[in-house]
Amino acid sequence: MRFYRALLHLYPASFRAEYGEEMCAVFARRRTSFVAAFFDVLLNAPAVHWDILGQDLRYTARTLGRARGFTTVAILVLALGIGANTAAFSVTDYVLIRPLPFPAADRLVKVWEELPGYREMELSPANYRDWKRMSSVFEDFEAFVTIPVNLVGEGNPERIESARVTGNLFALLGVQPLVGRPITSADDQNGAPLTAVLSYGLWRGAFGADTGVLGRKVNLDGAPYVVVGIMPPGFRFPNQEVELWVPFQFPEAAFADRNDNYLEGIARLRRGVSLQQARAEMDTIADQLRSQYPKELEHTGALVNAMREELSEQSRLLLLALAGAALCVLLIACTNLANLLLARAMARQKELAVRSALGAGRERLVRQLVTESMVLSLLGGLFGVLLAALALPLLTRLVPSLPVSGVPSIDLRVLGFAGIVTTLTGIGFGTLPALRVSRSADFQGLREGSRSRGGRKVGLRSMLILWEVTLSVVLLISAGLLLRALLSIQSVDPGFRSDGVLTLQTALPMPKYEGTAKRTAFYRRVLSEVQALPGVSDAAYISFLPMTMGGGIWPVDIDGKTLDRSGGHSASLRFVTPGYFATLRIPLHAGRNLSESDAEGRPLVAIVSDSFARRYWTGQNPLGRHFKFAYFDRTVVGVVGDVRVRGLERNSEPQVYLPYQQAGDGYLPFYAPKDLVIRTSANPGLLLPSVWRIVRDADPEQPISNVHTLDEIVQANTAPRFVQVRIIGAFAALALVLAGIGIHGLLSFTVTNRSSEIAMRVALGAQRRDILGIVLRQSVVLAAAGVVLGVALAYVAGRAMQALLAGVTPGDPATFVTAAGLCLLMTAAGSLVPSLRALRVDPIAAIRAE
Amino acid sequence: MSMAPKDSQPESFLPLAAATFHILMAVAEEDRHGYAIIQDVVARTGGELRLSAGTLYRSIQRMLEQGLIVETRERPAPELDDERRRYYRITPLGSAVAKAETARLAKLVRLARSMGFAPEKA
Repeated sequence: MRFYRALLHLYPASFRAEYGEEMCAVFARRRTSFVAAFFDVLLNAPAVHWDILGQDLRYTARTLGRARGFTTVAILVLALGIGANTAAFSVTDYVLIRPLPFPAADRLVKVWEELPGYREMELSPANYRDWKRMSSVFEDFEAFVTIPVNLVGEGNPERIESARVTGNLFALLGVQPLVGRPITSADDQNGAPLTAVLSYGLWRGAFGADTGVLGRKVNLDGAPYVVVGIMPPGFRFPNQEVELWVPFQFPEAAFADRNDNYLEGIARLRRGVSLQQARAEMDTIADQLRSQYPKELEHTGALVNAMREELSEQSRLLLLALAGAALCVLLIACTNLANLLLARAMARQKELAVRSALGAGRERLVRQLVTESMVLSLLGGLFGVLLAALALPLLTRLVPSLPVSGVPSIDLRVLGFAGIVTTLTGIGFGTLPALRVSRSADFQGLREGSRSRGGRKVGLRSMLILWEVTLSVVLLISAGLLLRALLSIQSVDPGFRSDGVLTLQTALPMPKYEGTAKRTAFYRRVLSEVQALPGVSDAAYISFLPMTMGGGIWPVDIDGKTLDRSGGHSASLRFVTPGYFATLRIPLHAGRNLSESDAEGRPLVAIVSDSFARRYWTGQNPLGRHFKFAYFDRTVVGVVGDVRVRGLERNSEPQVYLPYQQAGDGYLPFYAPKDLVIRTSANPGLLLPSVWRIVRDADPEQPISNVHTLDEIVQANTAPRFVQVRIIGAFAALALVLAGIGIHGLLSFTVTNRSSEIAMRVALGAQRRDILGIVLRQSVVLAAAGVVLGVALAYVAGRAMQALLAGVTPGDPATFVTAAGLCLLMTAAGSLVPSLRALRVDPIAAIRAE
Repeated sequence: MSMAPKDSQPESFLPLAAATFHILMAVAEEDRHGYAIIQDVVARTGGELRLSAGTLYRSIQRMLEQGLIVETRERPAPELDDERRRYYRITPLGSAVAKAETARLAKLVRLARSMGFAPEKA
């Protein structure tokens, strides 16, 4: 019998209370076997739960349907909270958590050189070859470099991103082409026929999904490559931009310079080898090579990172900040709902008391209230997922380019997460009010005009409001700090004028344009025709525009001494046509501009930036000085203003500009000018068709790519920050509004609760000021306490994200004062309506109701 | 807190679960308590249907909610009563539903017979 009684606990408590005794009596009289009793309970208990759920759901539908305003607000608030978290999770999951789409991806590592001042430096071919030969911890160790190429002969000439890869890279990744074969170790031998593997996208786009392309020759930068394979649609490596893979055939000359770093190393750890073991071995190898080449590798170390962890500290912090802000919004949303439900439950006390009097046990009431909150949160979750789907395109812009296909999307993992959040939310914000209310749902509630004994409940609700204010202050200050950081970065002078400049690339393919004379002819023809276009004031070519390419850094030799590269003695190298400084309005501070007479065979000259001149010839005249740079001795003929080559946020090396005609035949082909800049008073977009025609007339096989205004390039520099400020700002605004609603709700409740007291005071001659005092004291105290707490927490948060703040201090007073002010404003707004209501309390009516 | 829809049509309850129909029959002639219902069903079906406690009380709860039966306040003579027991009585809606179910089954049987599905020995 005890066993049977215990079994009955599987039934809902209300059912047990109602029928438990009788069931025990039946069980005793019928002498049912225990097995039969067991299965009887097992079958019927869930059915009873189900029946009650059905009743509760019907009841919920009716009550929520009656309170449309409440229902709408509740679902909206929940949708915002859950939506924000779902979207934040899908991005975070995509970037930080999900494994990379390669077999045994946890054994993939990136290998870098480590140099003081450069955390992750690409490998030189010589070091790569030695490291690969000497290491034993890797199953395979391959290298690649991404490089754009011109694809000619398939419709319009096209500029596409390609990767040159060593032979075993595809085998190392463990991927197979959709059709054909991958690049293999036979392909990267010198003299082997040139082969190419296409991405699925390129195959469909440029080749019309023609399977006959296999075995066909395609023209890349003027050389014929045989297409041997097409990759499946999801394959992306090393980033989403790369559309084509070709084998890397190193010429013997590539191994000459140990400091010519351009290869990215990727390796697969042997089974059972840990990251630490790999690091230890690579350190030993780096030491050995250092003793072998003490001069070249004096400071060169080796760095091994898990591939999944390869993500900038900034991206990681940004995502964590995003997730944190989303969580804050959800917490505030839940708090608000708990508050709304609590207030609503108070208002429903009479109804609940009636149900209680009619025999509904406490368990039944709690069950009913939790069902209501679950229904609300499920609906909120549904709309939240919709909102998340809408918000994803914006959030996707925060995502760095990874070797993962597609973009973050709402998939099963994300839906699962949303489901968990929704459930926790429903239970979290529903249970507390339900328990509180059911405890007081007794006959007291039935007494007409009974005054709510609300002391403790107001206390609880005040705590919730305090929490909301605190969180919204934290978000406001965080958003404010990020905004300040953005503004301070935007106010940085890039060193040039970006307005009214159209930029585009005509990358001249190499062996075709190896001769300087041939390139010069192309540049001259294009520039002279472009300059003749109406509205164009200046036009020029440069190797790489500022802020598009951070590399091209060379060591500087002064007076025959090679200066240590790690000591910051390096400068960026750019070849330019003479009109470059005028086009970008970079000021010439001393000496002369470059001219067409600085040609091949004439003395090698250079223009250097202010910081270059300051570093080597402080207080002296730099003009006429010599320095060795990029293999040759050069004479300084002019000094120009500094330019933020690496973007607004990073320090840039000093700059050296060399005349485009002195680039030499077949020498530094990578630096052959390709970026065309045009300053125009007309709309830059309208200029494009004419420029297109000019380039096509000069060389019908020459593609145009990367068309932007210079303003766009500068803005792209701060675009991630813009997105970040907008998102955190939106979260902060949301939090503020929610907190305002919370304060409004609390004060309305207080005013209703204390209307008779207020009426009494008015009748006894209290002034409006006194009445306002009663109402506002509460909100002012809460707001002040919330601001103090929030400021303290925000300071901690600000220190945690200092790396994102670009020099703005985490305790920035202006931000803190503004946030506090906004918070007080919100408090005032939230208090407005309840205060007015308190002032309008009619003493006669209120006292009569008592 | 009865959940019975105000103007329920008897047909909207059809088809009835076997347990429900038998309980309605059991309480149709007189008010009965739970165990009596079980015994009545056993007797009327010649022992073919033995309702378990779980099935019985789950059905009773649902039928109360639907308004097919009510708990009655009238108790039998004290010497026959057990105060733990609850007695149930059929409501007018309950009767209407039972009649509707009977009609439905009768029609079904007529149809089946006309198709030649008559039992060997009626």
